Amino acid sequence: MSELRLTINGGEHVLDVPVGTSLADVLREELELTGTKIACNEGHCGACTVQVDGVPRLSCITLAHTVEGEVTTIEGLREHPLVEAFVRADAVQCGFCTPGQVVSAAALVAARPEPTRDEIRHAMAGNICRCGTYPKIEEAILTWQD
Amino acid sequence: MARLIRTEKEVEGRFEEVWIVVEEDPLEQWPAGPLAVVGRPAPRQDAPERVRGEARYTADIKLPGMLHAAVLRSPHAHAHVRRIDLAPALTLPGVRAAVGPGEAHGLEEEAGFSGAPVAAVAADTLAQAQAAVEAVDVEWEELEVVVDPDEAVKRGLLRDEPRRRERGDVERALAGADVVVETTYRTQTVLHNSLETHQAVCEWQGDTLHVYISTQFIWGIRQAVSETLGLPEDKVRVVCEFMGGGFGSKNGPDEYTYVAAELAKRTGRAVRCALTRREEHTSAGNRNATIQRLRAGARSDGTIVALVGEFTNSVGWSGWNASTEGPMWMLYDCENVRTVTYGAQLNTPPMKAFRAPGFVEGTFGLECLIDELAARLDVDPLELRRRNYAGSNEGTPYSSKNLEECYRRAEPHWERRHEAHARSDAVWKRGVGMASQIWYGGGGPPSYAWVRLGSDGRATVITAMQDIGTGTRTAMAQIAAEELRLPLENVEVVLGDSARGPYASISAGSSTTPSMGPAVRAAAADAREQVEDIAEQRGLPRDAPVEEVVSLLEESQILGKGARGPNPSGMSVLTFGVHVVEVAVDVETGEVVVERVAAIHDVGRIVNPLGASSQVEGGIIQGIGHTLSEERLLDPETGRVLTTSLDAYRMPTIADVPEIVCEFVDRPDEHLTNLGSKGLGEPPIVPIAAAIANAVRDATGADVHELPISREEMLRALREAEQQAREKEKRGAPATV
Repeated sequence: MSELRLTINGGEHVLDVPVGTSLADVLREELELTGTKIACNEGHCGACTVQVDGVPRLSCITLAHTVEGEVTTIEGLREHPLVEAFVRADAVQCGFCTPGQVVSAAALVAARPEPTRDEIRHAMAGNICRCGTYPKIEEAILTWQD
Repeated sequence: MARLIRTEKEVEGRFEEVWIVVEEDPLEQWPAGPLAVVGRPAPRQDAPERVRGEARYTADIKLPGMLHAAVLRSPHAHAHVRRIDLAPALTLPGVRAAVGPGEAHGLEEEAGFSGAPVAAVAADTLAQAQAAVEAVDVEWEELEVVVDPDEAVKRGLLRDEPRRRERGDVERALAGADVVVETTYRTQTVLHNSLETHQAVCEWQGDTLHVYISTQFIWGIRQAVSETLGLPEDKVRVVCEFMGGGFGSKNGPDEYTYVAAELAKRTGRAVRCALTRREEHTSAGNRNATIQRLRAGARSDGTIVALVGEFTNSVGWSGWNASTEGPMWMLYDCENVRTVTYGAQLNTPPMKAFRAPGFVEGTFGLECLIDELAARLDVDPLELRRRNYAGSNEGTPYSSKNLEECYRRAEPHWERRHEAHARSDAVWKRGVGMASQIWYGGGGPPSYAWVRLGSDGRATVITAMQDIGTGTRTAMAQIAAEELRLPLENVEVVLGDSARGPYASISAGSSTTPSMGPAVRAAAADAREQVEDIAEQRGLPRDAPVEEVVSLLEESQILGKGARGPNPSGMSVLTFGVHVVEVAVDVETGEVVVERVAAIHDVGRIVNPLGASSQVEGGIIQGIGHTLSEERLLDPETGRVLTTSLDAYRMPTIADVPEIVCEFVDRPDEHLTNLGSKGLGEPPIVPIAAAIANAVRDATGADVHELPISREEMLRALREAEQQAREKEKRGAPATV
């Protein structure tokens, strides 16, 4: 076990977890922040996306003890206008990938408030949605400020 | 009045005769078109929880003291456990119990595929369980591995008797045909890859087993688990409030549920057994590969006189022999049809239903063959389809069919091919292709719903249904709101728990809305009639606003109940549609890009046009993956899966999505239930592969015969087309390529 200090959604956490534990496991198992989903657990699908200092990060392949900076999870973005935009556009089917989609999209619109379709497709290509909600996700991000 | 009937029940194209109790369905259908709530776009009621990460999936269930199970799987595609020793695993830290072959249903001594479950361990953490599984000592006796479907057929290694059918006289028809085309098509194995992997959490409370499971069929799990474990059905409670995708792969309990139940029993603790992504790729089922040797004969006027197919489904170690021949029997009016379908038993992971099993594969072969025929006949492909339009389902009338209307609406999209050709250049060739869709999707009884209406004018629909991500809660709320004349926001739907609601059908075979929707409407109508009686007693008109009528009821509640009535007897309930696809093909690299898809579907009344468009887009995108990039690869020597991760198995991303235009005929099926709705989950994935392949042919003149249309397959088809053009030139005929 090894001490772990993390700032998550503005709150400070001091934990004791084994070295080698992934950030995703810390969030879900230690802190009950289950909005972050694990779907492949090897960095291929984007469901576990969080932000570290505003930059999207795959939490399932991030070792918790290596994290420097502020972590933002879906729980910290629940009031983001993107949430309402996703609901309005029907940008959710089974919903298992959706929190990760929102976290990635939030990083995109923070950097580029009015992204083009191509920019959206570039920034969101790492978030797999097996239900194929992509057209609605694109729509939600295009209209997030409405 | 309750009525006992003997009826034919259809799920995923498989039929069985069953006894069921149905209630009369005296409600007249609503008029066609958008109503107050039904037929109007509604955002999902449960979207906020899902988007905000608050929805609790099976993967998020954490019970006090819960242990984690890991499963030992066979590394060999065919082997027998000669000796197994669980003791080394039991001595490792955190390990609480272990089970071997025969100790939990699904764990077996004979492993028929690489990834077959053999033993399992429960430990305090998943990492401990996984480490312990590695420590189990197994001595294997390796057995002969068969992975080639043609070899299996030759040797009679079949899942069931070959399915042979014939109507008319095929040989005579072929002999009299002006044109005969013959082609072999192959489709690959693809994986469901639901983002939430297969998993269950089991806990015993007294003599009741609580099963939290990611499933498409709460009541099917309850029935199967109770039967397998010898428990009364009401001693099995099944819960699935939110689930992260299934696509046909989560219709049954499988070994992970039994492993969790057994280890929970042995430890007195709750146990989670969840597949990893890699296990998902080796052990959770797949759409089976097919080989389709097809022939079609036609007269020069475009009449199709004969269709012949020899189909081999690479079923795998378990699974069933899907109706790949179905479209050949049902799509066209052809007097002479002969098919044989083999289900090859192989040492490969098992087939499981995957979004219109059989028909996706069979439609690819048939609809490509039809376009080859159209080319030989020099008839417009849309025109050829119209000339052979089926007026009945092999003599049985349709409950409704508006495929001709789909064709009519497809015309403007089809006309775009001239403009698409004009946009071609030396490298990128553009073209347009089409394909028709036929599939089931009528649903059926039994399914039940309750409606609870309070004095606050808010109603709750209660049914132990599952919402697999298709928007079931919202569609059911719309139906109840319409019938109760309440605003949609006043209606909530509670589902997902067998202990808290009546029986509900499976969410497979595009059956959720057509099975449950009519029951919800009947329950709401029962409540509404009670409200009307109360209105009368209060001196109000019978159609006074519901909120006003119930406002003085205080703690009293109005309870309505409803059941799904029978399907129309003597009729075929089917869904129809057509896709028109525009592609661009790079003739130097073989890259195929889908640029535009127009999808027109005939599935009866549309309850929620917004959710329906999402279903269509999702089916098309999943189908594009099937057509262009996805393939589960095996080592042909060992039978081991090579594509065990999502970087090797390539599913579409947002960057792969074309423009999608989605239209519905939206005419209620006047013979089908009080709702007139059919299902929509599967239809959009049925025609897309053939429509893409036909667009590729239109763009390049090359016939692709295999899925996925990889660059290798595309370049092979281009070379073949060039060769044929050269030969034609030599013979003095004008080149067409």
